[in-house]
Amino acid sequence: MSTLSPTADVHGHGHEGHGHHDIGFVRKYVFSTDHKIIGIQFLVTTLLMLLVGGALALGVRFQLAWPWRTVPIIGEIIFSGEGGSMSPEFYTMLVTMHASVMIFLVIIPILAGAFGNFLIPLMIGADDMAFPVLNMLSYWFMWPAIACFGVSFLINGLNAAPAQGWTAYPVLSALHDSAPGSGAAQTWWLLGLTFVGVSSMMGSVNYMTTIINMRAPGMTLFRMPLTIWSMFITAILQAFALPVLTAAGFMLVAERVLGFNFFVPGGLIVNDNDPTIGGGQPLLWQHLFWFYSHPAVYIMLLPAMGMVSDMLAAQVRKPIFGYKPMVYSMAAIAGLGFIVWGHHMFTSGMNPALGMTFMISTMMIALPSAVKVFNWLGTIWGGKVRFNTVMLNCVAFISMFIVGGLSGIWMASVPTDIYFHDTYFIVAHFHYVLFGATLFGCFAAIPFWYPKMFGRKMNETAGKLHFLLTFIGFNGTFFPMHMLGIAGFPRRYADPYIHPYMEHLMPMNRFMTLCAILMGIAQFILIANFVISYFNGEKVGRNPWQANGLEWSAPSPPGHGNFDVLPVVYRGPYEYSSPLNDDDRDFLMQTDPPPKRSEESESGGGKEDGGTAEEQA
Amino acid sequence: MNKFWPLFFCFWPVVAIVVLWISPAMDWWFPGAAMSPLGEQIDNLFYMILLVVGIVFVGTHIALGYVLFRGVDHADDKKSWFSHGSHKLEVLWSVAPAGILLFISLYQLEVWMRYRVKSHFPDDVQPIAEVTARQFEWRIRYPAPGKPLLPTPQPDDLYTVNDLHVPFGRPILIRLRSMDVQHSFFVPELRVKQDAVPGTVIPVWFETNDEGDYDLTCAELCGWGHYKMRGRVFAERESEFHAYMKTLQAEQDYDGVRELESTGAQIAEYSGETDDNSGH
Repeated sequence: MSTLSPTADVHGHGHEGHGHHDIGFVRKYVFSTDHKIIGIQFLVTTLLMLLVGGALALGVRFQLAWPWRTVPIIGEIIFSGEGGSMSPEFYTMLVTMHASVMIFLVIIPILAGAFGNFLIPLMIGADDMAFPVLNMLSYWFMWPAIACFGVSFLINGLNAAPAQGWTAYPVLSALHDSAPGSGAAQTWWLLGLTFVGVSSMMGSVNYMTTIINMRAPGMTLFRMPLTIWSMFITAILQAFALPVLTAAGFMLVAERVLGFNFFVPGGLIVNDNDPTIGGGQPLLWQHLFWFYSHPAVYIMLLPAMGMVSDMLAAQVRKPIFGYKPMVYSMAAIAGLGFIVWGHHMFTSGMNPALGMTFMISTMMIALPSAVKVFNWLGTIWGGKVRFNTVMLNCVAFISMFIVGGLSGIWMASVPTDIYFHDTYFIVAHFHYVLFGATLFGCFAAIPFWYPKMFGRKMNETAGKLHFLLTFIGFNGTFFPMHMLGIAGFPRRYADPYIHPYMEHLMPMNRFMTLCAILMGIAQFILIANFVISYFNGEKVGRNPWQANGLEWSAPSPPGHGNFDVLPVVYRGPYEYSSPLNDDDRDFLMQTDPPPKRSEESESGGGKEDGGTAEEQA
Repeated sequence: MNKFWPLFFCFWPVVAIVVLWISPAMDWWFPGAAMSPLGEQIDNLFYMILLVVGIVFVGTHIALGYVLFRGVDHADDKKSWFSHGSHKLEVLWSVAPAGILLFISLYQLEVWMRYRVKSHFPDDVQPIAEVTARQFEWRIRYPAPGKPLLPTPQPDDLYTVNDLHVPFGRPILIRLRSMDVQHSFFVPELRVKQDAVPGTVIPVWFETNDEGDYDLTCAELCGWGHYKMRGRVFAERESEFHAYMKTLQAEQDYDGVRELESTGAQIAEYSGETDDNSGH
């Protein structure tokens, strides 16, 4: 049990229990309860799913650039009935599954699942998560989810996969006959969603417990790195928001399978069937869905914000600018995140007075985001800047987040949102936040913590090339979407060009698709770099980045139980370039004891420095 | 070469601004000027936010470029500037954006109220038609000429599909509903968008400045044919609108017995003869 006392003799929690007892290959690498293995499992799985989601996106982009043309490679095989061109219903399925895969199987699990798992115990100085078995289950519940999504895509043939959009608005998602994908596929999709939810919930309970209870001696709350703060806040968000989505999912399944009536009003005639009987309300789903899914936007962003803060400080050799404002602004984002969901529903016909309140809370949530941007700029200000892969991706994160954040102001403002709602302006906005910010944050975090995962560095040249191509491809794909949105180009249109006012936008869409292909190809550089570096990367010691978090005092890779010496924390997480340094280092580890002023600090001394002495530049 | 990356991060915002700047000339912009008074206000709001956002975008990127350039110069220093932040700056950059955001919030309330709050609707605007979205078309029900639109279909109501005719120059109101799944009534040139929610009737008002026909699209995923729910809004003179109603009535009342003459005047003659005209 950690306390606020920074002395060394408080380490009462069973440190002796994790010697290298023999466990088989399966227990060690497959059904592992070690948070590091689980984190790496999450990372590898999500990177594979990134390729799946990216392939689906390229399908979308192909149709928008060359509508109804024969789809390359797969067209003749799966669309032989339509002469190789995709059907409009298949297009809506691509849109739906691209979003579902990217959100539920990539972004959420790569942040909380991969980096949360790997980093939380290491950064707070714990030997593992509070509930290792629960942790293992949280990973293995991803696979039923992946299976359900897969089954939903294949069960009734490719033309009857889920096609309601990732938002799954009823009535489309509730009545079997409303779309080809509204049959059994939609039920499987909802089941998959539930499995992802269970997985997230197990993770979130674990993270909260671990961070509250298992911090190393001296790791007070305000000595925690911002990564840990962000994971902590994210876990709280998950725990409070997710049950609502899970309940909504069960309600929709009950409506579809058991004949309950929550979302479908009476008297609807769908596909020439008999009128529906019921007294449901479709907007209820939208409220329940966005009550989770708006906080989920921050679940998909906050951990990246935290990680970028840590990486940036280490790269520019400066303390983070305004540590406490950073913490408070993350807390404010999380708190306000619960009362802004209605901004997804400005045009839904809900009470206009609600629209006003949601507009004001949404405007206010821009404030902590702005504060964070200014603090990142302040962190670089006066720092030493050397561009490596990590730094490049961090700077890209800031730059892209500024764009994504600023375009949000048009959406927060209700009258302009009336026009932009469900156009490509929205698509541009959330891709700048979720890809531009979050994924660039992950692309920084992968090379930054890779040495800790595998004891080797990733290749810098390949990393920079990957960054350059991804950055150009990303902006080439998504920046023009702002203009499409301004031109009134709606989302989820299989062929927008039948409308005269959009005909002239096809060349721009072709350009965007070419950029998207470039971006897709670039991801293979990342995958190759990830795999090849595992075997051939430059070997590094404990602290290749000269960073000062606890994780860098552990061996690389850390053994079972993480630390060879129980860390004791004496200072905050960002003591770079501290004037207190009198040796040739420019940083103080969190475990570095304070300068000897009296005898009492001697107990914490010992080997802490040993952790950093053997690091190499 | 060590300045390459700071230049790179300054270069792309310049490209972004240039692209935005040339967008109107390249026709990558609004589908024409807003053709409704409320739409003009929405456009003004858009440009006002564009100004604010543009200044912040340029400002933050200049700051980013500056700190990167300076940082590269100091790359070989022994230590960075040791600072944990500045309370004054935090207060400044919290209060200033808060003020701007609050201003934008309050500034736009009026447009929203006029657009959606019933008590702020234009005076005595009466529903002119009921638009019912279904997969994948817009069904339009007008009252018979001279009669008010009633909530339930009447025997003498007039029906069309996908073509909504309205008089221009005065506010008109439609009642929006859905027959099956959720749709959204979106007329880009008028800057009007409202979801059609099953089980709900939602009043939507708009006013067109000039005659013309405007594209009507669906903005809420409604199934495989979502993209092809193309309709049109014809804004015409009051007299043309009434003539159209008469034509519609005549076409609908035509019982197939007599040859249908092509001129509206002759149609009007026998338009009243038959009672059984619930033509649907």
